[in-house]
Parts: sequence; C-alpha cells; structure tokens
Amino acid sequence: MLLSALLILPLLGVLVPLWAHQYGRTRCAWATAAAPALALLILFLNLPGIADGQVLASRATWIPALGLEWHVRLDGLAWLFALLILGIGLLVILYARYYLSEKDSMARFYSYLMLFMLAMLGVVLSGNLIQLWMFWELTSISSFLLISFWWHKSEARRGARMALTITGAGGLFLLAGFLMLGQVVGSYDLDQVLAQGDLIREHAWYPAILICVLLGAFTKSAQFPFHFWLPHAMAAPTPVSAYLHSATMVKAGIFLLARMYPALAGTELWFVIVSSVGMATLLVGGYFALYKHDLKGLLAYSTVSHLGLITLLLGLDTQLAAIAAVFHIINHATFKASLFMAAGIIDHECGTRDMRYLNGLWRYMPHTAALAMVAAAAMAGVPLLNGFLSKEMFFAETLQQELLGGLSWLIPALATLAGVFSVAYSARFIHDVFFNGEPIGLDRTPHEPPRYMKIPVEILVALCLLVGILPSFTVDGLLRMASGAVLATELPTYNLSIWHGFNFPLLMSVIALIGGITLYSQRKRLFLFHSRFERFDASETFERQMQKFLAWAVSLQAKVDNQSFQRYLFALLSLALLMAATPLLDLYHLEGGRELHPLDGVSLMGFVLLAVGSVATVIWHQQRLVSLLMLSVVGLVVSVAFARFSAPDLALTQLAVEVVTVILLMLALFFLPQKSHPDSSPSRLVRDLGLAAVFGGIIGSISYALMTRPLDSISHFFLENSKSGGGGTNAVNVILVDFRGFDTLGEITVLGIAALGIYKLLLRLRLYMPASDGEGRAWAVERHPRMLATLSQSLLPLALLVSVYIFLRGHNLPGGGFIAGLVTAVAMILQYVAHGVDWLQPRLQHLKYQRMIAWGVLISTMTGMASWLFDRPFLTSWFDYLHWPLVGKFEIASAIAFDLGVYLTVVGATLLILANLGKMTTVARPQRQAEE
Amino acid sequence: MLTFAIWVGFVLLSLSLLLNFWRLLVGPEVIDRILALDTMYINTIALIILYGLSAASGLYFEAALLIAMLGFVSTIAVCKYLLRGDIIE
Repeated sequence: MLLSALLILPLLGVLVPLWAHQYGRTRCAWATAAAPALALLILFLNLPGIADGQVLASRATWIPALGLEWHVRLDGLAWLFALLILGIGLLVILYARYYLSEKDSMARFYSYLMLFMLAMLGVVLSGNLIQLWMFWELTSISSFLLISFWWHKSEARRGARMALTITGAGGLFLLAGFLMLGQVVGSYDLDQVLAQGDLIREHAWYPAILICVLLGAFTKSAQFPFHFWLPHAMAAPTPVSAYLHSATMVKAGIFLLARMYPALAGTELWFVIVSSVGMATLLVGGYFALYKHDLKGLLAYSTVSHLGLITLLLGLDTQLAAIAAVFHIINHATFKASLFMAAGIIDHECGTRDMRYLNGLWRYMPHTAALAMVAAAAMAGVPLLNGFLSKEMFFAETLQQELLGGLSWLIPALATLAGVFSVAYSARFIHDVFFNGEPIGLDRTPHEPPRYMKIPVEILVALCLLVGILPSFTVDGLLRMASGAVLATELPTYNLSIWHGFNFPLLMSVIALIGGITLYSQRKRLFLFHSRFERFDASETFERQMQKFLAWAVSLQAKVDNQSFQRYLFALLSLALLMAATPLLDLYHLEGGRELHPLDGVSLMGFVLLAVGSVATVIWHQQRLVSLLMLSVVGLVVSVAFARFSAPDLALTQLAVEVVTVILLMLALFFLPQKSHPDSSPSRLVRDLGLAAVFGGIIGSISYALMTRPLDSISHFFLENSKSGGGGTNAVNVILVDFRGFDTLGEITVLGIAALGIYKLLLRLRLYMPASDGEGRAWAVERHPRMLATLSQSLLPLALLVSVYIFLRGHNLPGGGFIAGLVTAVAMILQYVAHGVDWLQPRLQHLKYQRMIAWGVLISTMTGMASWLFDRPFLTSWFDYLHWPLVGKFEIASAIAFDLGVYLTVVGATLLILANLGKMTTVARPQRQAEE
Repeated sequence: MLTFAIWVGFVLLSLSLLLNFWRLLVGPEVIDRILALDTMYINTIALIILYGLSAASGLYFEAALLIAMLGFVSTIAVCKYLLRGDIIE
C-alpha cells in the first residue's frame, strides 16, 4: 500500500494547485510541493530493502480476464528514476514559482506538471506492461499540455503537436511490441517477462518485438531520425524543458531500454540497431548543437547528443557499458537540468536567449555565471566534475568492444569526435554568453535573479561537484543498486575513481578537450561553412508533410463520400439487401407451419390506414406539412397496433415519442425551405423505386417467414425470472432497469451527450425567420392565444401526476422512467408552445436542463456502483417488501433509483433539445423578406 | 347484449376512422386535414377503450389516457405553426 502511495500522492497533487492558487503564488508552490515531498520520503523509507537487492511489489487485481493487474514494482532502477523524477521535480516546482510571470496561470502549470510527474512515476514503477504503456501514453499527453502551455504562441502549438504526433506514434508501436511480448511470454507481468529473456530472444517474433519496442523508445528519447521534435519542444516554458527534456521524459525511452535490457538485449540485432542509432544520434546532436544561436536550442541538441551516448552504451552490450549508461543517466540529469535552469534565468533577466546578443554577462550576474560554467564544464567532461567520470567510462567501453571486427577502431574514433563537439558547444555556452565583449541591444540591464530561483541550480551544481570529486562516497551505492536491476546478474567489478593512470581513455579526453577548444576558436569559419548548406527547418517540413497527409485524407474522403444523403442510403440499403436476401434463398419454404391468427375487420382497417398513410407520406413529400400529417397517421396506427398485440409499454412509448417527433419536425420545418427540390431524374426515380420495392419485399418475406414459425427466443427467460430475479412483474421494465440495465445506462449516456451536443451547436445559431408562410399570408398577430395558455397551464399538474403514477408502477405494470419522462417533457413543451420562452424562463431559472441530464446519468451510475459496496457486480439490483401502515405491502427496489436517473435524463435531454431549437429566433428575430 | 354493442361500436368507429382518413387525403385545405387527424386521435381513444372492454382488461386504459392527454399537443403544434410559423417563441 505504501508503494501505491507513490502514485496516489501525485494524483492528488494534480488537484492541489487548482485549490491552492487562490492563497497566493508562494503558498501555491509550497502546497504543490507537499505531495512529491511526501512521496520522496516514502521512497527513502523503502531504500533499505532496495539496497539489499530486493524487489518490492504491491499488487491488486484490476481486470484479471485480460491479464491486467495493478502492479507497483520498485527495484533499484525504478528507485533511481523515481528519485530523479521526484527530486528534480521538487526543484522545478521551486524554480517555476519565480520563473512564471503574473500573467501565467500558476494553477494550470502546476497541475500539468503534477500530472506529468504522475505519468513518469507510473512508467518507472509499473510492474505490468500494459499498465506501463498506459502511463507512457499519459506522459505524451501531459507533455503535450506542458509544451503548449503558452498556447497563444504558434511555435508552442506546433512544437506540442509535433512532439505528440511523434511520441504518440511511437507509443502505438510500443503497444504492439508489448502485446506480442505478452503473447510470447504468456503474461504481461514484468517479473515474468524479464525472467524469460532466452525464450523471447529465440522466438520467431523477436525481431518484430524488438523493432516495435525500440521504435517506442527511440521516438520518446528523440533518437535519430526522430530527434527533430525535441528542439521544437523548446517552445515550452523553461522549467518544463529543464524537467521534461533533460531529466525525465526523454529519459523514459532510455529507461525502457534499460528496463527491457534483461529480456531483449544480448543479440546481434540489438547491438546493430541500438548502437548505430545511438552513435548517429550522438554525432548529429553534437554537430547541430554547434550551430544553434539559441541557448535552449544548443542545450536541446546537446541533450539529443547525450541521449545518443546513453543509447550507444546500452547497445554496446557489455555489462560495464550498461553500468556506464546508468551512471551517465544520473550525471546528465543533474548537469542538464541545472543548465536549462540557468538558461531560463538568463532569458528571464535579459529578455533574449540569442547568443549573438548575449555577451559578457559575467559582469552582470557573476553568481549565475559561475554556476552555469561549472555545469557546462561537467557537460564537456572536464575532470573533477561528474560528466568526466561517465565520459571516461564511455571512452573505455568503446575501446573494449570488438563488434565491428577489423573496423572496431571506428567506434572510439567517432566517440572522440563526439567528445570534440561536446567540448566545443560547452565552450561556446561559457565563452559566448559570459565573456566575449558586451551584450548587444538588450532592452534592460541584466542582474541577478531572485535568491530562490538560484537555489535549485545551486543544489544541482553542488551534486555535479560532489559526484565528480568523491564518486565512491556519493553515487556508488545508487549506481550499484540501479545497475544491478538493469543487468539482473552479479555486477562485474569496476572502479569509480578520478585517476586511472595514463591510459587511452584519458588520451581521448585530452584530444576531445583540445580539439573542442580549437574547433570553437575557429567557429567563424565553421558558421560560414554551415551557412552554405540549404536551410532546413524540421518544423516546417513536418507541418508541410502533415498538411499533405491531411489533404490526401480529405481527397480520399471526398472520393468515398460526396455528402449526398441519397447516396448513403442507397449504399446502405443495397448492402443490407444483399446480406438479408442471401439467406432467404436457402430457405426451403417461405411459410412455416404455425397457424395464422384470424383476421378481424378492425385490424384490416388498421392495415389499410398504415399502408395508405405510408404511401401518402411519400406522394405528398413536396408539401412538407401535409406529408407530416400523413406520417402522424402511420405513427398513430403503429401505437394502436402495439396496444392491440399486447405490447402496452411500447404503445405508451410510441405515443409519447410520436408527439415529441411532430414538435421536433415542426420546429425544424420552420427554418427549412417550405418546398422541396424538384423531382429527381426519371432514371434515378426508377432506380430508387426499384430498390425500395425489392427491399420492402425482402423485409416482408423475412417477417412473414419469422412469424409463421414457432419462435424459441430468450423471452421466456425474462418472463420467468422478472418477478423472482428483478422483483417486478413487468418484464419489459425489469429488462430495461435490471437485466439489461447496463445497455440502458449506455443509452441514456448517449442521449445526454447528444442533447448537450445539440445544445452546443445551437448556442450561437441565429437564423432568419420567414416574414410570412409559404403562401404569402402574414403571420397572425396574437402570439399566445389566451384559451390555449389557460388550458395548457391546468394540464401541467395533471400530466405530472400521470408521470408520477406511470413512473411508480412501472416495475410491475406498463410504464417506467422512460415513458414518464416523455410525458413530463411533452407537458412542459406544451407550456413553451402556449406561453413562449420569455414567459417560462424566469419561472424555470433554477431548472437547468444540462444539470438535469448530468444528475440523471450520475444517479443511474451511482445506483449501479452502490452494488459494489455489497461486493456484487456493477448494477446488481436489490429489492425487498415492506409493510407500511395504511399502504400495506410495498415493494422497494434499487431499480427505482436507476429508473429515476433514466427519467431525469429523458426529461432533461428532450427539453434541452426542443427548448433550444425554439429559442433560436427569440432574441432578435431578424426577418427575411418573403421571396417574391 | 354487450358483445353486440361492442361489435357495432367497432364497425362504426372503423367507419369513422376511414372517413376521417379520406378527409385527410382529399383536403382540400390544410385546416381540413388537421381537423381530420385530430378526430382520428379521438376515434382511436374510443377504439382502444372499446378493445379494453371486449378483452375485459384495464391495461389499455393508460394508452387511451395518454392519447387523450397528449394527442392534441401535436394538433396544437401544427395550428401554432400555421398561425405564427415559430411554434415556440
């Protein structure tokens, strides 16, 4: 349980800033920091166990049928990452308090940040692959929100969209990889997956699994050729860059590589892909970092480069390389986060991040300059700083491998070249910003930032120094713990010390240092050379490709779908025809053996009305009002037919629906052209008529065939069990609220969503109203006839009484929430018709239909969930009989609460739609002149 | 006796439904059609009650009640439409 708290705390933390921001900015920051601080404490409480090499776990069943389990798993690697996420997260919270301006919404920022923290912790602490993937996706979404925090800037929106597209696509590959992995191993449990490494590596699916998982990791960690999203994500506020793009999110891909290391690594394929991608990223990132004039751009590309370095180490496939990778993860997180924060301070105080204007800041902000210079030196790999140690290990490992046979010297050579780049851009960061003359064209005089803004940087830089000078006292234990979890075997012996004697790695470091400084001193020539290349902007290219893709999708859609309703209907009916007609051909006899009912005169008359009414509807389709009247006859006969053939529930529903439909159509008719289009061409008429006739014939045949055969359906089950199982004698209602209650819940939810959608669509719609009716007669002067007003008002209580009656008895006799809701809605609509919106609005101002829908769905859902309290599945109903004085035996069932939800939703949805359709012209009532 | 009366009732009501439907079909004015439809609703109430009598069951009463209470709402809507165009103002 204590482990789950590591995830529950940041989840609660998402809400904290939303509540705390009203108490001021500093208090908001403190309150937000409480949850991660507590989580950090819990993390340290678990340290002794982890240090002994244990794997702590907390499990709970989630959806066992799908192999899904809530599994929080803490081992050395997860512990290290959780420490980075929580520790740097806390520093970022402090830093952001001073970074964000008064105009920015602090609550929104902190909420997103906590959401992201939750997602990252979820990734590193997941013990189940699917659970891990879910949090993985959450990191993509929350980082999208964070990058686009300044949503008014186009570059922020673009950057966020690009990051989401790339990482989201990678996430889909990852899911595919995980699903295959789960199939191969037979479980999504991480412990089992990691233990089955040999099985996975020998399986035929291994290449597919590996490529899918690697695509997920590479897109997330901005590896070449997916690296281009990371520099554009720099449009985010700097605290976000410091957190996401140095310490955490981009490390999620690396984390995944390290996590899956025991299961997937150790093959030729792994080595080829991972190391070559890592090497390419290392060089590309380092090279482009040289040419960035934007401070954050430089840091972004250097991050890409360092991520490539870690990937390369994991790809080298020796145990020491993996240890070096873990070590560099720690070091990179500390120096890069502090560098981003320093860049943010400079931006904050100077108003620009362009290194062509920023010069000589040493004089204005010596304190910040000193901190930034130490961090940059760590990035370059200068001795006595943490970056030096891991880089030294990296160089040593490149020398140890013989993976390329005779060309194995290439790897250390390229690594040294990358080292040269790294020193050169670090030198630029130090020299160009803090020395090199005076600042150019700043609109203010730079000065030191607020005291507390520097504290996070100070802490991180102190860590760089401590680790760099006293590695075995500070970081050794942590490193052993995390590496042990990566390798899942005994650790090889290694020595974390500053001085290894004169050897090759030291020589490589010296070459890198001298080469880098030389390269930097020749930067003018280098820039000139680089400017001769064609300019390439990844963001524009990406946007262009996306636009092309969209245009292609639109044109494809236009080919399939020309928005002609007739065409849809034709395609739909033809397909249905084909599927319905084929089985009929196999039928031996159309007529089954069942005896037919005798035909009586009244039924015959009903058939005549139904048939002639339907045909008349079609014949008069050009005069819409008349056509509607014909349609009403059809509806009326159908409801009577329901009553006649023992379906009173359906009859009641059909009657109420009929009225609502007529009103809806009348409302819509008012805004539509009064006369329809001229007739279709004769050939189309023949085609449509033919289709309609054949379809009618087929459906008629099917119905006849069905009804003349003895029917054995599941309805007997419902009839027999409705009283004993659901406590009601009306099987229809018991099915709705009990047996198939989940369907009903879904339906009312859809109904509510549809009503809200219509409301939103109509909200700003103002239409012209015709000045006269179709025949040119002016409208009547009297808006609300007195007689109608009086009559409708007295009808309302009566109708409400009937609704209550129908509602209450619905469980045992025809009725229920749905019908009662419709009756209430019709009675209310009558008030609207009789009195108008203006009269009703002040009388109903406390009745919000949207809330009514929300309450309805909520009550139904809560009724369903209440059964969980009694350890029963969702929506189990309960009923009992009580003996009340006077009333006698009385049944109470939980289903009635569910039905109440249905009732509220139906009333709310119907009224929301109809009343808003009616409101469209009431405000201004602009009139359009009658067409002559 | 009751059986006979119900039988006669059925014949007369069916006849009047058909006649009303004829009026609905031929018009000539929209008003005629609306009145015809409204009368059909009223005929239906009688028909359902009559059917309840013949089947000796009270179950059909609610259907008749609903038609009586709500059936005229659509007539009102159509009339309002003819008068003012916009039925909810």
